[in-house]
Amino acid sequence: MEPLIEVRNVTKTYGTGDSAVTALRPTDLTVLPGEVLLMCGPSGSGKTTLLSIMGAILSATSGSVKLLGQEIVGIKESRLPDIRLANIGFIFQGFNLFPALTALENVEVALTLKGLSKSAARKRAQELLEQVGLADRTKHHPADLSGGQKQRVAIARALAGDPKIILADEPTAALDSQSGQLVMETLSTLARDRGRAVVIVTHDSRVLHYGTRMVHIADGRLQEQAHGAQQSHQMEHEGVTA
Amino acid sequence: MTTLAWKNPFHDKVRLAVTLTGIVFALVLIIVQFGLFLGFLDTTANVVVRSGVDLWLTAPGVPHVNGAAAFPEKRRYKALAVDGVERVERFALQFSQWKLPAGSQESVQVTGFDLDGGMGGPWNIIAGSIEDLRGEDTIIVDQLYLEKLGVKGVGDSIEINQRRARIVGLTQGIRSFTTSPYVYTSFKNGQNYTLLKEDETYFLLVKAKPGVDLQKLKADLRTAIPDVDVFTNDEMRDRTQSYWLFTTGAGVTTLMGAVLGLLVGIVVVAQTIYSATVDHIREFGTLKAMGARNSYIYRIIIEQALISATMGYSLALVAGWFVAKSSETGSAAILLPPEMAVGLFFLALAMCIVASVFSIRKATAIDPAMVFKG
Ligand SMILES: Nc1ncnc2c1ncn2[C@@H]1O[C@H](COP(=O)(O)OP(=O)(O)OP(=O)(O)O)[C@@H](O)[C@H]1O
Ligand SMILES: [Mg+2]
Repeated sequence: MEPLIEVRNVTKTYGTGDSAVTALRPTDLTVLPGEVLLMCGPSGSGKTTLLSIMGAILSATSGSVKLLGQEIVGIKESRLPDIRLANIGFIFQGFNLFPALTALENVEVALTLKGLSKSAARKRAQELLEQVGLADRTKHHPADLSGGQKQRVAIARALAGDPKIILADEPTAALDSQSGQLVMETLSTLARDRGRAVVIVTHDSRVLHYGTRMVHIADGRLQEQAHGAQQSHQMEHEGVTA
Repeated sequence: MTTLAWKNPFHDKVRLAVTLTGIVFALVLIIVQFGLFLGFLDTTANVVVRSGVDLWLTAPGVPHVNGAAAFPEKRRYKALAVDGVERVERFALQFSQWKLPAGSQESVQVTGFDLDGGMGGPWNIIAGSIEDLRGEDTIIVDQLYLEKLGVKGVGDSIEINQRRARIVGLTQGIRSFTTSPYVYTSFKNGQNYTLLKEDETYFLLVKAKPGVDLQKLKADLRTAIPDVDVFTNDEMRDRTQSYWLFTTGAGVTTLMGAVLGLLVGIVVVAQTIYSATVDHIREFGTLKAMGARNSYIYRIIIEQALISATMGYSLALVAGWFVAKSSETGSAAILLPPEMAVGLFFLALAMCIVASVFSIRKATAIDPAMVFKG
């Protein structure tokens, strides 16, 4: 199977000289279609940094990153937006919805970016919100939605361009347990049934069983975790809990 | 227009109020300061601008229209002999003493003009007419100064330089920059009120034949009458305006006020727009993460700035119109001519766009730490 994400020897150093911070040491990671990869690690260990590099919004200091076989390290900055638009859906801990827009309009923005006409975008946005169970909330503004509903709007928006790769940074951290389960359910279904690669940064031990694989980062170094029941046990042992 | 640009400004009403207040404040400040400046320029030289004169002949070395010196009116015949001159009228403009009914004195500027030709005469007449000035010792004053001159209106009589003067008409809005109001009368009366000798005049006003090159005519008049100065109407206006502008504290203050108003206005607008844009910085970061190109983000930011500029401008124009309107009866004119209103709109647009472009750099560099923060 062709990997959707291939990270080889990637490092990241923020700043230069005395103030330089090494956030990632040489890192390798491959994510295949259908995988739900969980990324865990203490605060400041480099999780967001790695996720941002995989999502083409942060440039690696060295190494190689391929998305769907295409190298993105060293290419022109102006080509990155199109690569993100075509391949990547982001989900954020803080939802990052547009507060002035309704749920429907929030999803429409992503579709019009993709080049859909206004009316086609409206129709498709409606369908996407139905898929995440929000058919009756399309006219609501984010302020009038619960955290779980907001995150589902954000998921509908991330899925709008039908991306092969979904990158989520702490998507359940701000949600109650039940909403968190629902969000994870949606994301893992997507990977399993539609062959997407889903990478989730999480501290949330309640959702670990949704992962098909888990990596652990500490101090910018990535370690593959043995898969199985002991992983959540081990995390709790490290004091990494929700 | 993008949905986001259209809806963002209206989403947070408080934010919108703050933004609009900033823009309206800045624009009204500019309107008032520039309006005062334009009003100043207009007031200093209104009698020149509205005179209908082509060329002014003055005694040598007269610095501006309010600083005339007497010279022989015989020069008129020499001027009439010059090719291209249609007519030449005598004109008196000189300070004189107006005796209030109560007995105290006010300084006025007696303006004696040729009733037949009419050059240099009053405008905006709201009571009586120029014809009424044919009567003996008759004058027209502006209603702005009735109180200052201690009179009620048409029919009142007072004394100018110990000669009787009867008000037969009123004008509206003929301001004087000096503290001495203009008093319109016939040239003949003007001679008496200003103690001008029978064979003297303060100015000779030349009307050229249609299509005559004024610069050439000016040169010809100089050659024909070497002992007078010749100015085109624009030159007389500029001399008068710059005299009052640069030799009086009030002029320099008004000019500085206009420049400062513009600078402060620009800074306030820039600040307001900048902070309104920075407020949405996380949304722009999100858009970029979603795959929006920089051009799309520029577009939203500029569209938002245009919305703010247009709304702020509309409100400011209404406020400015009221300010200008109420100044008509006040002691200082604040002018808001259509050219200024149009210019201000483009200024508002330019300020908003430039300010938002400055905030764009910040908005288009996505910091993952910002978009991913909880
Ligand atoms: N823009 C930046 N400039 C300088 N240093 C940065 C920047 N962003 C992150 N860092 C540093 O890089 C390291 C890794 O940060 P990163 O945000 O990837 O951690 P994280 O694992 O996501 O942490 P958290 O769980 O708290 O979100 C940290 O030491 C952080 O201080
Ligand atoms: Mg992080």
